[in-house]
Amino acid sequence: MRIILYILQKEFIQVFRDKTMLPIIFVIPIFQLLILSYTATFEIKNVNLAVVDHDKSVMSSKIISKFSGSAFFNFKGNATTYDEAVLSLKRSEIDQILVIEQNFEKNLRSGQSPHIQIATNAINGSAASLMSAYASSIIADFNREIIVDENPTANVGLPINAQPTFWYNPELNYITYMVPGILVLLVTVIGMFLSGMNLVKEKEMGTIEQINVTPIKKYQFITGKLVPFWIIANVDLAIGLLIAYFVFSIPVVGSLPLLFGVSSVYLVAVLSLGLLVSTMTNTMQQSMFISWFLLVIFIMMSGLFTPVESMPQWAQNINYINPVAYFIKINRMIMLKGSGFADFHKEFYMLLVYAVSVLSFAIMRYRKRV
Amino acid sequence: MEENNIIVVEGLYKKFGSFVANDNLNFTVRKGEIFGFLGANGAGKTTAIKILSGLSKPTSGKVIVAGCNVKHEANKLKKNIGYMSQRFSLYDDMTVKENFRFYGGIYGLSAKEIKLKTDHLLRKLDMVENKDVLLKKLPLGWKQKLAFSVAVMHDPAVVFLDEPTGGVDPITRRQFWEMIYEKSLEGTTIFVTTHYMDEAEYCERVSIMAEGKIEALDTPANLKKQFKVETMDDVFVKIARKES
Repeated sequence: MRIILYILQKEFIQVFRDKTMLPIIFVIPIFQLLILSYTATFEIKNVNLAVVDHDKSVMSSKIISKFSGSAFFNFKGNATTYDEAVLSLKRSEIDQILVIEQNFEKNLRSGQSPHIQIATNAINGSAASLMSAYASSIIADFNREIIVDENPTANVGLPINAQPTFWYNPELNYITYMVPGILVLLVTVIGMFLSGMNLVKEKEMGTIEQINVTPIKKYQFITGKLVPFWIIANVDLAIGLLIAYFVFSIPVVGSLPLLFGVSSVYLVAVLSLGLLVSTMTNTMQQSMFISWFLLVIFIMMSGLFTPVESMPQWAQNINYINPVAYFIKINRMIMLKGSGFADFHKEFYMLLVYAVSVLSFAIMRYRKRV
Repeated sequence: MEENNIIVVEGLYKKFGSFVANDNLNFTVRKGEIFGFLGANGAGKTTAIKILSGLSKPTSGKVIVAGCNVKHEANKLKKNIGYMSQRFSLYDDMTVKENFRFYGGIYGLSAKEIKLKTDHLLRKLDMVENKDVLLKKLPLGWKQKLAFSVAVMHDPAVVFLDEPTGGVDPITRRQFWEMIYEKSLEGTTIFVTTHYMDEAEYCERVSIMAEGKIEALDTPANLKKQFKVETMDDVFVKIARKES
């Protein structure tokens, strides 16, 4: 135990003496959180819409004003022909075209179904489906109003009236959803890189050679490498939570001690992974590349940007060994829903198994022999 | 005489695939002796020194250092040896005092012992006023002397020095050897490799390796007699040339 304390003392001296380390540890995460939270959003706002109105009736202008009145659409004016509108679509000036047929109002009055065409630029598939969903919902809304207006007494209404309510994030605010995920991302990046780079640095500098002839035990050395960054990453998490609260007004609904309890286990897993990588590499470059490779896969598959449920089954299976996915899920549950331990005990135990096994593997792999 | 031998090597082989780095080494080193371990680059010295200090395992053969079998008792061995590599390997971004404290700590010295040892060693090095200076600010010669002091801080039975004076000026080299002598008089065994033949003269006994084998082992005076030459330089060249 005394030996571990001496190692810790040395590690802390080195971390805090390095002038480039402090900004890396504290400033970069803050920037990441502030910038990414605003930009990593899937909400589609500002859809540029052109309208080709062949009808020019009261009804058609009514539906157009429905679109231009919506916060999601930027009304980019009328085009006289569909071809003209397509041309602007090709030039990326607009994202969506709304075409109203010539006898729109007449058909509507005479009880035939009038036609409306919506053409969407679908280069970005998920954005396109969102845009057309927005458009459809405006039209459906319009539809309902007409039915009620035209038959005020008949009470035809719609047989089923679905009233959506949104729980945990009532305003469907993307930032609220993203911040817990991005918090996980930043403690992961900080933890994995710092711990990994630190051990490899000793190899590059040659200082590990002197360590290897001392009676330091493997677990003592690895513990000494792990604990400083474990503390630093938890401090980073705390700073992130403060920013979430004060800047984004996202309080932690659930229990803070529970959150830090989970993060402590999670960080052991991630830091050990970084250490494991560095026991298998000889230069900081190699270690960086492998860590990056792992992290990019983990992050892309973690459900931070895309829901895990919509991934193919084999990809979901890979997520069984993705610690990032577990912690993002748990962190969202604690921060947004106020979930208790019972709600995510399965994920937590997976993290625990992960942490213990990767840590033991890293200790085993660290060789005191050359 | 057996118990007086602090290093016993019998039939040591080390193979890397089909390459034989150490080919049947047999020698002993007495307690308190300064033993020079010479050889051209690539002769297998560093491999042997790594085996003796527990960093690498022998392919076969018996190696006992400070009463420990290096094969099975590496950890016990490491408490009883000091090691200084040819590459400077203390922490450049820590001060002199911090380096002493760290190494003293991991060798299990008490805080009081660490303080006493640090003061004592720094006074001997005449570096007391530099104790709070970062190592990277010090000249190489000073750093090498510090590395030696750190290597002997826990009073090991044997100290392995792998080319300790590479790139160091002649004055500092002489001071360095004075430190070695002093330590040897205290009963510490010194096992040193070097490429400077004047340093070989300082050793009590010298072995010269070529292509993985020990080609000669005796006192410098006897070696010169045996090869009928004037200097250790010539002894070395004769052995190296015979091989090529």
